[in-house]
Amino acid sequence: MDTNLIVFLAMALVAAVAAVGVVAMNNPVRSALCLVVNFFVLAFVYFSLRAELMGISQILVYTGAIMVLFLFVIMLLNLGGRGGTLEERPDVKPGIGVGLGIALFALIAFQVLFPLQASATPRAPDDYGLPQTVGRNLFTTYVLPFELASVLLLVGIVGAILLAKRKM
Amino acid sequence: MASMGEFMPIVILLGVAALVCAAMVTLSWVLGPKKVTPYKASPYECGVEPSGTARERFPIKFYLVAMLFILFDIEVVFLWSWLTVFKNPGMGSPETDLAFQWFSFCAVMVYMVLWIIGDAYVLRVNALAWDEAPEIHEAKFGAPEAPAATPIPDAALQPAGGGK
Repeated sequence: MDTNLIVFLAMALVAAVAAVGVVAMNNPVRSALCLVVNFFVLAFVYFSLRAELMGISQILVYTGAIMVLFLFVIMLLNLGGRGGTLEERPDVKPGIGVGLGIALFALIAFQVLFPLQASATPRAPDDYGLPQTVGRNLFTTYVLPFELASVLLLVGIVGAILLAKRKM
Repeated sequence: MASMGEFMPIVILLGVAALVCAAMVTLSWVLGPKKVTPYKASPYECGVEPSGTARERFPIKFYLVAMLFILFDIEVVFLWSWLTVFKNPGMGSPETDLAFQWFSFCAVMVYMVLWIIGDAYVLRVNALAWDEAPEIHEAKFGAPEAPAATPIPDAALQPAGGGK
């Protein structure tokens, strides 16, 4: 068996187990920590796909910053563990969820997996996701989206302050 | 797939870090003496007696700081891809390299001006100022309204939880 395949399978297994943990855990903080593991392993999948910038952004932005926001939301909303006084009566929602999940996976597999399997070597060029490549494209072809991103994030700054700040 | 060889140093670093962490936790758990008293077993809260529950609502100021952190974090991610190409654009000829450097420099300057506007706004409205709590949440401190002349009752000296 190929070393790359073993490494990928190990990462995929950890990511899948962590993803199941996100929905299976009763305590929202534990779900969030499972999501951290999932994001972190996904970053390594990006590295293995030659998307270094994406992987570093994944660790910096998602694992580092967005998850802090998630935890703060859990703290702000004061979510406790499920259970206690309110017992959910058994209903059909988990069954429907599993069914829809399988259907979504089948749809994606049908659209993506078979064409990939048919092509001989589904791989990107070696410098595909390097920060240098992204940088060159960002400042030639995609310079307008780059500037618009800063406008969008400036709007984000102002909006966050306006919503969360009590007194100006 | 990339060859794993170039990531080997990172993998080794992660492995050693995980090993050291696991060894420290496990060894102190195995070797450490366990003489538990109720006081020792209580949660550590800055060295004072714990009061109240940790599961309470937190001020939104924490959220605002985290939000601003994310936004400026994303700014740095964009700058990183620029820094890697600014000195060695690799556009083909020296002329196109120079043109790329000037163009990307101007583009980043426009970008940075927008960020500095955001930064100035954050500072202008004191979005990161922390000491506004006494003006707004007198009741949330849990301290009774004590006249200044009387000694402060013990209940008022109990900490009401961190950061409020």
